[in-house]
Parts: sequence; C-alpha cells; structure tokens
Amino acid sequence: MTLTEKILARGAGKDSVAPGDVVFAKVDKLMMHDVSGPGVIKVLEEWKKRGTNLKRVWDPDKVWVTEDHFVPAADKISAKNIITLSNWTKRFGIKKHFKYGLGQYGICHTLSHEEALVLPGEVYVGGDSHTNTTGALGAFAAGLGHSDIAYVLHHGQIWFKVPETILFKLHGELPSYVMAKDVILRIIGDIGTEGGNYKCMQFSGEAIDRMSMEERLTLTNMTTEAGAKNGIIEPDSITESYLKERTEVPFQCVLGDEDANYSEIHHYELNQMGPIVARPFSPANTCDVREVQGVEIDKAYIGSCTGAKLEDLRAASRLFKGRKVKVRTEVLPAAQSIYISALHEGLVNIFVDAGCVVGPPTCGACCGAHMGVLGPKEICISTTNRNFPGRMGDIESKTFLASPLVVAASAISGKITDPRDITT
Amino acid sequence: MNQLEGVVHKYYRDNIDTDVIIPGQYLKIHDHKELAKHAMEGIDVEFSKKVSEGDFLLCGRNFGCGSSREHAPIALANSGIKAIIAPSFARIFYRNAVDGGYLLPIEVGEETCRQIENGDRIIVDTLNSKLVNVTQGRKSYDTKPFPALIARIIEAGGLINLDPHQLIDV
Ligand code: SF4
Repeated sequence: MTLTEKILARGAGKDSVAPGDVVFAKVDKLMMHDVSGPGVIKVLEEWKKRGTNLKRVWDPDKVWVTEDHFVPAADKISAKNIITLSNWTKRFGIKKHFKYGLGQYGICHTLSHEEALVLPGEVYVGGDSHTNTTGALGAFAAGLGHSDIAYVLHHGQIWFKVPETILFKLHGELPSYVMAKDVILRIIGDIGTEGGNYKCMQFSGEAIDRMSMEERLTLTNMTTEAGAKNGIIEPDSITESYLKERTEVPFQCVLGDEDANYSEIHHYELNQMGPIVARPFSPANTCDVREVQGVEIDKAYIGSCTGAKLEDLRAASRLFKGRKVKVRTEVLPAAQSIYISALHEGLVNIFVDAGCVVGPPTCGACCGAHMGVLGPKEICISTTNRNFPGRMGDIESKTFLASPLVVAASAISGKITDPRDITT
Repeated sequence: MNQLEGVVHKYYRDNIDTDVIIPGQYLKIHDHKELAKHAMEGIDVEFSKKVSEGDFLLCGRNFGCGSSREHAPIALANSGIKAIIAPSFARIFYRNAVDGGYLLPIEVGEETCRQIENGDRIIVDTLNSKLVNVTQGRKSYDTKPFPALIARIIEAGGLINLDPHQLIDV
C-alpha cells in the first residue's frame, strides 16, 4: 500500500484498502476557519430544524479553528461572523481557537504546521481546499465542504474514496534562483488543473530528501490546483526535527510499502530548471519567466499559505536588501510566529526600507476579499496559488503566479523579471 | 426524485471554478437566498434573473474546481438549479453538491454536451441514467450511473440523514 492507502486503511480499521474502495475513516484532526466555520454552523442550524441537533462535538480536543480570511474584520458582516464563530467554539468547548490579535494566529494551513497541529499518519480534514498543504508532514490531509465537516463534528468519521497515487520523483538539486514554487507550477503546467483530480499526488526523490519542510509544504499546497484529493510526502528526519521543535506530543512516522502501486510515476530533473510563471487565468497556464519578462505590473504580492512562510520571506529579502520597489508591494507573513521571526531576523526592516507595506497575516487579498484587492485591468504578480478570473479582485484584473524570488525581482524593476537579472 | 424536467442554461467551457460561481467577496455571506443572487456572477451577471426553479446548468470539464466553498452549490441550488450536466466535476464540488443534498452532478460525454443547446428542455432520469431532450425530438443520451454510495446519499436527501453504519460497505 502507498502511504495514503495505509493511513486510510488504519482510519477505517481495515488491514488493507485499494484505490477505488469507499471507506469510512475516523478523523484525527478537523479544522475550520472564519469562512467555513460560520458555513458549518449554518448547516448545523439547518439540520437542527430538520431534527438532527448537535449536542456535543465528537471530540473537542481534535478540532481547531482559525480566523484568517476576513481579518482584520473587513466589514460588519465579517465582524459578526467572527462573533458567531467565537460563541460557537466557546459553547462546544473548542480550546484551540486562534484569534486575530491575540498572540499566535495566522492562515489555517500555515498554523497546521507552525503549531504542529497535525502529525504524521493522521487523517486530517479541513474546511478549506488547500488543506492538502499539511500532507507534507506525512498525514492524509484533504479539504471538505461545510456539510461534510458538520457530519464529522457529529460522527468523527466521514467517507472517502481511496485515491490512486501519482508519484512525482524529483531528482537533482534546485539552482539557487529556483524554488519549490517553480517546481509545482511546472508540474501543474504539465498535468493540467484536472491532472490530479480525485487522486493523491505524492512527492519523493533525492531532491525531496534534501528539501526543507517549508519548501515541501509549497509543493503539497498547490496539489489542490491540479485538483488532487491530497498531496503527501513520506516523513523523514527533516519532518521529525521540524515537528519536534514545535510539539512535545509523541508521534510515529508511517511510510508506504516498498512494493506499493503507483498509477503513474513522473520524473523531474531539477538541475536545469529555471523560474516558472503561471499566466492569467489558470495555474496551469505556465511558461518560463523569460517568456513574459518585461510585462508591466501594478502590484507585487508576497503573502498566503503558499508563499509567505519564513523561507519565502527570506528569499524575497535577499533581493529587496538595499533596493527600492517600483510598484506597490505588500508583504504579509502567513502567521504571527513567522512575522515575529521575520522581525527578529531583520527582514521586516529590509521590506519596509525597500518601500513595501508589511501587513498582518490574513488571506485578504489572496482570495480577493479585502486588504488590497485589484482594480479593473490591474496586473499583479503574486506568490499565491490561484489566478482564475477575479480571484484577486476585479474580474478584469490579471494575476501572474510566481515564486517569492520572481515576485521580489519584479517588484524591484516594476515589470516581470527573472531573478537572475537582478545582480546580487 | 428519479425524473426531473427543466430548461438547460449552457455555459460550455472547461474549468468553471468556484471564484466564477461565487466570487470571494461573498464568502462572508451565509444567507442562502442572498448568495443565490450572485450565482455565476463571474461569467454572467444576469444569471440569477435568467434561471427558473427546476432548471439545469450545462458546462464543460472540471466544473467547480478551485476552493472548497459550499457557497458554490448553495448559490446555484438556491437560484433554482436542480442539476448540473458536465463531462466531469472537481471533487470537492461534487461531494458538496451530493453530501449537502443541494443538487445533482450529472456526468455525460463531451459529445452530449455539444448536442444539447442552450434553452433545450431536458428530462434528467437518474433511475435509468439517461437524459431525454424534449426540444430535440426526445433524443436520449446516456449519463454515468452514480456509484452505490452516492446514489444512497442522494436518495436520502443528503449525508445528514444517514448514520455511518448505514453507509459502511454500501
Ligand atoms: S492564503 Fe489564500 S489559498 Fe491560502 S487559505 Fe487563505 S485564501 Fe486560501
């Protein structure tokens, strides 16, 4: 069995499962945020009217809640939603509620790893499509909608069709100007936005063995853009030390079997890779950065669960140091802990000196909700993960997706730029 | 619920994503009728005015890709749409549509999608896995049968009406 099959088999209490099997798996962790949370509460209210009332959550210690999409409260409705959510977590005894402006908080997927809320081998469901991110820790991590999350709150389990696993073997070493973001954009460009639909995308190979945890998380994060059910990476010593720095809770690393079956195996040689950009209006509409260089931009955005982890900020700061931005540039660390580290490492000074705005952790502009949405015809280059029409603002705005290095290089020259062209 | 009849609204393009179905700025709204007013706003601002109760949507591959927002099937269902006909669906959208009991995701071949015209009156027959085109001389097309578990959930009107033990080993 592959790692995903093993985890689902364990969750379902079976000796083995195979792709295509439908299983009911016990859930180890559940996440909801300030959009999905109120949505789930609404579903629970509807169900109550129909006679199914949630009296207690199956296991309040396994549930955690974040405020990330509409914080700081974008308007009166958002403020009300957060009150609704807070009342609910209080009533149901959910202790892990990460509140905006109260110590550690941040984007849900970022907290999942920063706070080691999910551990290897677990079945983790989240009320957000990029829940896939957390699979980099060696867990089965999949996004669900409100009704499914509400069902898990009742029963602690949910159905899954066991996905087949596509294996991506990454060989060689990434050049210094190339990041995991470029790799995953290239893969999505190759397999398309439907290439992973209903499937698991697993990453391995010597490039993964060397890759940091945060870079691995960028890969699994964007498996969602290929439609995947989950992304996963087998845990190793890097995973273990990353988690042990963050939690005292013991965990066991589960691995797939040597003779596991993969539906497809793709090999990627990274040594020769250059930076990749996804053009509007699809994450699969990729090309070499050289093909679009010179495109004038209105905004550069460094934020989100994909591209505002500490290493993303460090990468961007390498280029910003001692330089000025030519277009409006926003840097939003993905969690308060990352903000604090960036502050202590002097990165925040570098950004501010370069002329960027440094903002609080929030999803805001990534999903076109608030905190810097794009106007008609504006062009943005962004470290985020989606560029469908209207994703980051006006339906006539355009977003190019790129690595933090490409975004920083472009911010400095005011047009899409290969980081190799900024002499360091 | 085995036979539904309604008019097709055709938006035949691939990868119609959740940002198009219900843009991000409306995610804070949880009032279903209010969401319905903004359904498909990214593709057609007049959409909710064109749809009548019981109508169908016909779209291209990978319908509903993007985010996990249940707002998407909720907005469509509350605008009156009862089924979506497409060659394939993104997985979270499909689950949400079925588990929430909002609407039917009907999978058909690409050729079927090409043949059905905007405004055609269609019968969706889930029992026999068929579509019947009333407008085009009752021409019929095959649809992909629902897997057993999905059929059970649809029949029950959503996941909430079933306990796990009623679903294990379906
Ligand atoms: S940062 Fe963007 S992609 Fe990540 S959870 Fe927030 S809205 Fe979704």
